[in-house]
Order: sequence, then C-alpha cells, then structure tokens
Amino acid sequence: MSEDNTPDAPAVQDPARRAFFGVSASAAAAAAGFVALAPGVRLMELAHAQSAYPAAGKFASSKIRWGMLIDTTKCATGCSACVSACNTENAIEPGSGRPAQSSQWIRKIELTEQADGHRELSLPMMCQHCANPPCVDVCPTGASFKRADGIVLVDRHICIGCRYCMMACPYQARSFVDEPLHDQNPEVPRGQGCVEACTLCVQRIDRGLGPACVEACTQAGHGAMLFGDLNDPKSEIATRIATTASSQVRADLRLDPGVRYQGI
Amino acid sequence: MLRRLLRWFTPVLAAVGVLAALPTLAAADVPKPDIIIAHPGSKCIAPPDVMRRTHMTMLLHQREKTLRLGERGAKVSLEGCIECHANKTNNSVLGSNQNFCQTCHAYVAVKVDCFDCHQPKTGMVKTTGIKP
Repeated sequence: MSEDNTPDAPAVQDPARRAFFGVSASAAAAAAGFVALAPGVRLMELAHAQSAYPAAGKFASSKIRWGMLIDTTKCATGCSACVSACNTENAIEPGSGRPAQSSQWIRKIELTEQADGHRELSLPMMCQHCANPPCVDVCPTGASFKRADGIVLVDRHICIGCRYCMMACPYQARSFVDEPLHDQNPEVPRGQGCVEACTLCVQRIDRGLGPACVEACTQAGHGAMLFGDLNDPKSEIATRIATTASSQVRADLRLDPGVRYQGI
Repeated sequence: MLRRLLRWFTPVLAAVGVLAALPTLAAADVPKPDIIIAHPGSKCIAPPDVMRRTHMTMLLHQREKTLRLGERGAKVSLEGCIECHANKTNNSVLGSNQNFCQTCHAYVAVKVDCFDCHQPKTGMVKTTGIKP
C-alpha cells in the first residue's frame, strides 16, 4: 500500500481545513447579519414581523411549518365554538339526517380521569398535520399529500375514495363523503366519493388569516387555541412550545404532529 | 391506457370538431348552443376560440399549482370563469342547457366533472368563519 492511499493521511489534514472553513463561514455569517445583506431567511423574518400571522409568499413556503398549540386548561367543557366555526367555514352540514355519516373535520373530546373521576378535560381533536403523515404513506394514488408548509391535504382530483388513509390515521381525523353535496364554500370544494379532513383552513392561511376554529375560540373568550409558524423561533407558538410543557398525542408513533397540546 | 388517452383527448377533439362543423350547423339536427353570458365584460383571459380549445388544459394545470403549491390569485381560475359566465336566472353555470358550461358540454356530449366538488354558483358566501 502506498503512502497516498493510507487512510490517515487526509484525516490529518482535515481538521485544520474544517476549522479554517468553519471560522471563515461564521465570520461571513456574522458580517452578513450586521450589514443586513439579507439571505432569504432574514427577509422571511422581516416579512413575518409585519403581520399577525406570517403571510405566505406566492407559493407555500417550506421555510414555514404551520402548527397549532391547544391549551386544554383553557378549553371549556361543553363549548363547541371551534366545531361550529369549522362547519360554517367549510360548509359542513352536520344535520344531514345521518349524523354518524357526516363529515367531522374537528370534534370535541371530553376526558375524565379514570382513577378518581375528578379531573375532567376537554379538547378539540382534528388532523394533526404530521411531519411524517401515515395517510400520505398509504395513499395509492398520491392524492394525500403534504404541502411545503406542512399542511396535509387531499387532492380530490385524484382521490379514488379507497379510504386507506382513514384506516392509517391514528387520530381518526379523516371522513368520507358518501352523498352528493351542493352548498360548498366556493373556496372549499368538497364532493362525493372523496376523503377529506381538516385543512387548517388553507384558503384563509393563503390570505394571511388563521384557521376559523382558532378565531372562534378567541372570540368565545377562551383563547385555548394558538396558531402559528413552528419554524419561526420568534413566533408566539414556538416560544410557548419552547418554554412550557406541551405534548404530542401518540408521540410514540413519532409522526411529529403539527398540533400540540398543553395540560394533558 | 387507450381509455385514459381518450378521456383526455375527447374534449379537445370534440371542441375542434364543433369549430370545424360550425358553418354547416344551420342544417344540422342539433341546434347550435345558445350561450347567454350574464355579466359580460372584457375580463376574459383569452379569445373565445382559444378558450374553447384549451380551457380544460388551463384548468388542469392551474389546479395543481393552486392545490399543491398554494398559488392563489392566478390568472386561470374556475371561480373567475363562474363570476362572469353564470346565468342570470339561477346564478349558476349549470342547471339547464341555457347555462354556460352545461350548454356546450351537452352539445359535445362531454361530462363536466368540476362541479361534483366545486361550487357552480356565484354569490355564495366565502370565508364566513364565525356566524352568530
């Protein structure tokens, strides 16, 4: 074996080279920060600072990851403002005569402590907009997909209504439409033969608004739901997740849901 | 495969066929579609002959951009079509052979699937959020 081929030879040089590049790279980054020669991230942060909800660009951006933080200690038992707002916004009619068949994009869940029955808990449950969504994994046509900004959606144009995604979802978040619909919101197309679920009100998000359920919860005076960009360390949601204890439902599945809960 | 090809090409062929047959239609059995535009304007994104041939392709490409990439406010928009072309009597592009989409689609015998999910009417409430 010649000296050139010894594995040690480059390894001796590498640390020094890496240290040099490391120093120069961080110096360059620091300089860029001071003179505000902004790379895309900085511009994004500037844009974020200007509206209550960070406005999306022309296309959904992968720099953003939309998420929700639900404080179950503030969620009121018996209140279903979020559910009504969702039904109104997305033109879901629960009273179709067959409530067991009607779509459910968000539902309220009441929990009671089994040991003593004292502690009661109430929370809204909907599509958790996983980073690793099982519904997308199992979809045979590619209709289930995750948008760049982390919103998990169904492309009804190519959904064949097989309902594999409904079986794959551990949160039972998806519904199947089994009868013709007529009174859709023009911005929320829905129809027979397709699976559907919470879209985080994507039509509102693209206009710089938040989901209807969050707005309703705030207006009802509970303020239990917080919507924002999980990727932006300065956003309220990211700050709260960083500073207070929150949990993911079925964290053991390692799906990395975008919806987090406090107080469960 | 052939069926899929046919599915995509049938509307195009049909539209081309209609255009080619237009001069002889007076003598044909099926009456020429009588298109009524409720809110005529100068907002159409392309001349009528281009729209007749390619509206399906435009909508097909735009739906990918809107749904998957999140593009909003694009030039091609089904909602935009409906805004001008809905019938005055029922504010819809469907309903009878007097309605914009239905009249031609009935004439060329091509099923229009869009409105299984999309709202064919104008004036529907958008972004209601909360209602009392």
